[in-house]
Parts: sequence; structure tokens; C-alpha cells
Amino acid sequence: MGRKNWLILLGAAIFIAAFPWLVAQFKAISHYVDVMVFAGIFSLVCLGLSLLMGYAGQISLAQAAFFGIGAYASGILTTKFGFNSLVAMAAGMTISGAIAWLVGVPSLRLKGHYLAMATMGFGVIVNIVLAEEVNWTGGPSGMADIPPFRIGTFTIDGEIAWYYAVWAVVFCALIFCFHILHSRVGRALRAIHEEERAAESMGVPTARYKVRIFVLSAVFAALAGSLYAHYVACVNPSSFNLMWSIRFMLMVMVGGMHSLWGAIVGTVLMTFVGNEWLQVFAELEILVYGAILLIVALFLPGGIVSLVPGRIFRRKAPEATLAEGAGS
Amino acid sequence: MTGPAATAPILDIRDVLMRFGGVTALQEIDYAVPGGVIQAIIGPNGAGKTTLFNCISGRTAPTSGTISFEGLEIQGLAPHRIAELGISRTFQHVALFKRMSVLENVMLGRHPRTRCGFLAAGFRVGGMRAEERRIREKALDYLDFVGLAETAGRESGTLPVGKQKILEIARALATEPRLLLLDEPAGGLNMRETEELGELVQEIRKLGITVMLVEHDMNLIMDISDRILVLHYGKVLASGTPAEIKENSAVIEAYLGMDDGERPAAQKPGPGY
Repeated sequence: MGRKNWLILLGAAIFIAAFPWLVAQFKAISHYVDVMVFAGIFSLVCLGLSLLMGYAGQISLAQAAFFGIGAYASGILTTKFGFNSLVAMAAGMTISGAIAWLVGVPSLRLKGHYLAMATMGFGVIVNIVLAEEVNWTGGPSGMADIPPFRIGTFTIDGEIAWYYAVWAVVFCALIFCFHILHSRVGRALRAIHEEERAAESMGVPTARYKVRIFVLSAVFAALAGSLYAHYVACVNPSSFNLMWSIRFMLMVMVGGMHSLWGAIVGTVLMTFVGNEWLQVFAELEILVYGAILLIVALFLPGGIVSLVPGRIFRRKAPEATLAEGAGS
Repeated sequence: MTGPAATAPILDIRDVLMRFGGVTALQEIDYAVPGGVIQAIIGPNGAGKTTLFNCISGRTAPTSGTISFEGLEIQGLAPHRIAELGISRTFQHVALFKRMSVLENVMLGRHPRTRCGFLAAGFRVGGMRAEERRIREKALDYLDFVGLAETAGRESGTLPVGKQKILEIARALATEPRLLLLDEPAGGLNMRETEELGELVQEIRKLGITVMLVEHDMNLIMDISDRILVLHYGKVLASGTPAEIKENSAVIEAYLGMDDGERPAAQKPGPGY
């Protein structure tokens, strides 16, 4: 992770730290802190998805399902079995990762977008299970009274505490992802995306790498799901359906899928769009999403970050600074 | 003829047959490549040269037959396994990671010789930083070896074609192969670049790496190779030293499409044939 990204990170951290104070000055938007908690949670899902889409070149339509697996694992294990919330979270992440591996191995060994098809089917199945297994999940009306997140004697309580906790996790996850990208593993992922043949012949087990990045994205989604369940305290299947998977994809695309910063910018923006500014469209919301998706795909394939002048948010293309003056 | 005397074969191709549907691309290929030589493969377009490379490097599995590398059968193994075993290659049409820097391309070549995985990378643990440093140093060494060190920071897609071809060789060398397959390395190079390529290939052979190259530039082939294998319609037409091949009437006939006695048998087929 280069100096440039650390500087952006510092700027972003200062903004995030000051945000609750800023919005507190204006009564009309003081609930934006709550929206930002959701944006942070969704950002975790989208960071994983961004690695998968932007770097491994694969599309998953099951991220909402993995998000749901994390949420329900936390919900069920804490309410019905009295698990510690941290243990339940880890369990959800493990289960989610294991399932992703089972789905990913057969579909990622095939070339092309088989993962998109397989994950779409898988997402639908998970949603049906969540709605039908009434004894475990509470069925379509979901489960309530999920206890607050507790580590030892410390409980995350209140909007502001949640806000800082979630965004701290987001920043850790972001650093984790940057570290991966700027390593042997990240080079291999980018190589697979650019020239799969050559990557294979240089010793990169391409199928295995795709599976692993898919598993990682599922683990991130489950982590987010667990936080979500504890924050809202009640979950139901409609938060984890195909529509949500598409929304996550849209968030990544709007922000710019070749940039981790893009994933976060897109998620925050689309969360505000969805939770706040599009409510007037009510049932027509889906049409608006479709329109946004079209506009981005046609006119802004690099996402919002591509509008920022210079190369600030762009993935650092040439590694060293040994460039020959005029070059690139 | 220069070069070491034939030693134990590093690559042993036995009765290889390759069919794509109804098309037979290779048949009855029986050939052993001695260790430490520069082995050229020539033949008209469609003779099966690249197909043979693809079989050796794991891109395709031969329909039947065996290919042994240092005594180990490798036909049908995945390309990344073959790279790990010590065979690397370049591509006829440059296949660089164009948006990665020159240095990063070579750093990627270190993949099969390094270990760090997702968790070590993400958490920066398990000697990951030290390994990353070593990868960078080694990659710079290989760039230095092929003479591309000054371009290290450039995006590889912005290099001229000649340098891209050389960069592919550096990337392949970074995997520490014992057998290096070069698929038309001189394609698109001018005369001076071709000469330098010839010198580079000989330098590589001096490192103890066996080089197999598919090439159309006859001057280059005759200059640098120790042995030549001639393929024709998917079969071995002839094999031997450059001098032997030059005299071989079957080769001359196949290459010139006639043998009317008017051309001196020793005529050197020029580039473009």
C-alpha cells in the first residue's frame, strides 16, 4: 500500500471522524449518522465484491445471500444458543466462506461467467431457505431481539458507538484489501484479469485464485451481515434477496470497480440514494436502479472515481517511480 | 557446430498424437531434446510447431503419447504445475500484462518460486515483507540481464514491440526454468534487435537453461541453434545439426516446394520462407 493511499486514507478517516459532529449541526440531516452506519456495513460487502469483480473479473449475484448467512448465523447462534457475539460472528464468516468454496470450486473451474449464473441460483435458494425454515429463522417475518454486540463487558450501544465501530472495521478491511492487492497475490489476481493464459504459464493456479477471492468476498459479506444483525436487532429474508445482490453490484460499479476507494464511494452514495433520496419513487425504485446501471455501464465504465482528475484514486498502474521521464 | 555434446535428454517426446476434432495437428512425434542445447523447431505455417509447444507447456493435452521432462511424465498437467516443475515459455503474440509495469511483469514471474498467500499478504505477516523485497530484487536482476532495467517503471504495454518480446523472456526467466520455450521470439524484430536476441539466447544457454525455439528467421536459426527439428504437416520431417539440415533434400523440397536440381542443394533458405 503506497504513500498515496495512506494519505487518502488519512483524509477519509478525518472526514469519517468528523462526520457525526458535522451533521449534528443540522437538525434535518442529523439522522445521516444512522445512514452512514448502513453505508459502512454495505461497504464491507462491496470491498469483497470489488476484489472479485474488478480484480478477478468475476461477477457474483450471491453477495446478499452471504450477507444473510452472516446475519442469520449471528442471530440464531446468539439468541437460540447463547453464543458470544464475537464467536457467532466468526462462525458465520467460516460457514459463509465454506459455502462459497463449495459453490465456487465447480463454477470457477469453468471459463466465462458461470459464477454469475451459479451464484444467482444459490442466492435464490438461500432466500427460500431463510423464508421457509420457520423454526430456525422465523420465516418471512424474520427474527427479532438479537442481542447487542458485546465483547467481554463492553457493549456497542447507540448510534455513535456503532458508527465508529463499523467504520473502524471498514478501514481495517480496506487496509487488508490494499495489502492483498500490493502483494504477490494481488499481482497474480491482476495478471489473471489481464492475460489469463500468460498468468497460468507463469505458474499462477488461476482457478484456485478465483475460488479464494470468491471465498474472501463471502467472508467479508458475512462479517457485514453479522454487524447488520446486531445493529438493527431484527432481520428478515427480504434484506437478503437477489435485489440486494444487484444493489451491491451497482454500488461497486457506480463507484468504479477497478478501485477499492470506488467501492466505498459508490456504496456511500448509493446507500444515501436508496435510503434517503429515492424514497419518493417508492415502487418505481427498481426502474431508477436499472437506469443508473445503464448510464454507468454506457457512459461511465470507470465509475465515479474515474471523474476525479489525475490518477489519485486510480489503481497505481506502474509500480516503481523509475519511469523514464516522458513515459506513461 | 558449437555447443556442448548431446547429454541425457531433458525432454523426451514419445509417440505424441494431437487431434482437434477431425484435424490431426501432430502425429508420431518421437524426439528427445538433449539438455543444455539450443533446439530450434522449424516448419511451414500449420506444421504443428506451436501445437507442440502447447503440449509441452500444458496449454493442451496430447491425444496420446507421453512427454517426459527430466524423467517425469508431464503431458496433461496444468500449465501452472508445469511452470512449477521448471518449464517456462513466451508467446507468439505478445501476452504481457499490459497495464502492469515492466518490473511487475517480471515480479509475477517469481510466482512459482515464492509462497505468500492471501492471509499472509492481507495481514503482512509470515515473512511477507522480506519475500516481497526479494521478489523485487530478483526481478530487477532479470531485467538487468536482458537489458531492460531502465524501463522498469514503465507500463509494459507502452514498450515498443521488440522490447515487449524481450520482456516476455525476462518474465519467463524469472520463474527459474530449466527448459525455456520461445515461440517466434524474433517476430516483429528488426535486424539489429534480432541479432541482440540471438546473443541473449546464447547467454541464456550459458546459464545452463535448455532453450527450444520456434522461429521463421533462418539466419538466426542457423546462427545460434545446436539442433534443428523440422516439422511438416504435423510429422517429423528431419532433425539434426544446422549443417545437416541445410543439406537435407527432404527439407529443401518441403521448404522450396520443388527439387528440380537447378537449385544448389546447400542453398540457405533465407528469412521469409
